[in-house]
Amino acid sequence: MIQVRDLKFRYREGNTLSFPDFSVERGRACLLLGNSGSGKTTLLHIIGGLLAIQSGSVVVNGRELKTLRGPVLDRFRGENIGFIFQRNHLISALTVRQNLLMAPYLAGLEVDSQRVDIILEQLNIADLADKSVHRISQGQMQRVAIARALINKPALILADEPTSALDDENCERVIRLLLDVSAQNECTLLVATHDQRLKSVIETHVPIIHV
Amino acid sequence: MSLIVLVWNYLKSRPLNTALNIVLLGLGTAVVTILIVISHQLRERIDTNARGIDLVVGAKGSPMQLILCNIFHIDFPTGNIKLHEADRIAANRLVKQAIPMALGDSYRGYRIVGTTAAYAAHYGGELAQGTWWSAPMEVTIGSAVAQALDLSMNATFHSNHGLSNDGHAHEAHPFIVKGIMAPTQTVLDNLILTSVESIWHVHDLHSADSAGSVPSRLVPSVSAADSSREITSLLVQYRSAMGAIQLPRIINGQTALQAASPAFETARLFSILGLGVDILEGFAAVLILISALSIFIALYNSLKERRYDIAIMRSMGASRMRVFVTLLLEGVLLTFLGCCFGLLLGHGVLFLMETFMDAAGKSGFTGLTVYPEEGIILAGSLLLGSVCALIPAWQAYRADISQVLSRQ
Repeated sequence: MIQVRDLKFRYREGNTLSFPDFSVERGRACLLLGNSGSGKTTLLHIIGGLLAIQSGSVVVNGRELKTLRGPVLDRFRGENIGFIFQRNHLISALTVRQNLLMAPYLAGLEVDSQRVDIILEQLNIADLADKSVHRISQGQMQRVAIARALINKPALILADEPTSALDDENCERVIRLLLDVSAQNECTLLVATHDQRLKSVIETHVPIIHV
Repeated sequence: MSLIVLVWNYLKSRPLNTALNIVLLGLGTAVVTILIVISHQLRERIDTNARGIDLVVGAKGSPMQLILCNIFHIDFPTGNIKLHEADRIAANRLVKQAIPMALGDSYRGYRIVGTTAAYAAHYGGELAQGTWWSAPMEVTIGSAVAQALDLSMNATFHSNHGLSNDGHAHEAHPFIVKGIMAPTQTVLDNLILTSVESIWHVHDLHSADSAGSVPSRLVPSVSAADSSREITSLLVQYRSAMGAIQLPRIINGQTALQAASPAFETARLFSILGLGVDILEGFAAVLILISALSIFIALYNSLKERRYDIAIMRSMGASRMRVFVTLLLEGVLLTFLGCCFGLLLGHGVLFLMETFMDAAGKSGFTGLTVYPEEGIILAGSLLLGSVCALIPAWQAYRADISQVLSRQ
């Protein structure tokens, strides 16, 4: 699913990061473990096509990302990758259902309202569907954000620090949930984190060290 | 889900700001709409009322006053002219038709016009009830007069001297309503028509015996040689274009009378009114400019709050172009709503003014007609919306999503 080779990234300020070569097989889960500032978010963004590759090679779902550009890359991202960001940001002007419907619409996929219900059911938040985003709790917001990442049946889920702000109990629950829904939807899961607690749940990990 | 739904929800999520922008733009648009409607209808009305009258001949004074008084019935007469002098002009071979006008009296604010049947015919006046006036002191009244004063057939009334209510009443000589005209959308609707003789009769100028002499061309009941009779003015239609060249010069140069051209004077009136219109237009332009600025600021500020929304949208597969269009659409939708509100407001204000004003205060403008210029306003507002949204949309287009998303 993911192959990373000789990947280097040079920041605008001049720092250069070198990432280790690694690959993740289809349907597997993997951690990108590293401290703050180690560049794991940068790596996640490169794999997700949010940052351009400067040197090296990243292949996602059989496509070399370097060959994709502009709207083609945007479309590839929409169809193949689901993102879960640390802030679980939802579009606050919309309801939960509308937030979920945005994903297929923006990706240019068929908008399937039934799929929304199925995903909400899987995440145990079916009752929130028509609520305003303002009226749900942080925990619920995270579930909605996970649902949004899954709605397009992506091949790959990229999660950035999904658990670092949570207590042990919730951390365990969220990572189990991520693994469960990823398995249910046949997604590969890549989690960037500094949260050592996750090692006990996801064994495969790639250490990211700022050199 | 569609962009329109998204944009609409964004506007709804800032209800006060959105309402402010719609109201601001709406006010500016409403002023422009009202100006367009009024100037259209004013021009139409002036054109229909002045149509077919090439020249007004009256006493010396302001030519515009002569036109305002004798064609539009809004100013006071310039004075009287001798009937036998008017007769001489009517007899000129360049004149196709000359209609005498005897003004100066009124009834409860509505003017009484002493004239001939040709005057009503000129405006296409038709009877709704009764007959045309024939004997002295008989009147045929306009539709608006009948409605406003609740005058029915065979009702009698005393006229007032002068054109306002405070003139002394002509108690001794009651008028009788013999006919009511159908609405014509011209000055006729607001006039009380009678014979020239009635006006003389009210003022106790009894006709001297005219038997045996040549009758006057304008008022056949009196002798052409009678030098005591006076009227207010003469509405002249030329026989040919030659009249336009020669008649005014002859009248203004060789007689004690004055000739004024309705076409020239109304053009002059419009250029004077134009100044007022310019000021109002400037006011509307300022309102629209402020609303444009306000829309720009609203979009610009909301963009700051929405950087993360935009980054998320991009992460979900939205292209730069789509994000750009979303913001542009928001500006356009906002100005579209504001403009629609303004158009409705403008027409609504005119409609309410017309519905709730009492009959005498009616301006005669209708809010129910839509003019092609309003389409231009609408198109202009959409353009304005895109211009206001251009900078925020460009910033959204260029946003570095990775940077926004990695900021904690």
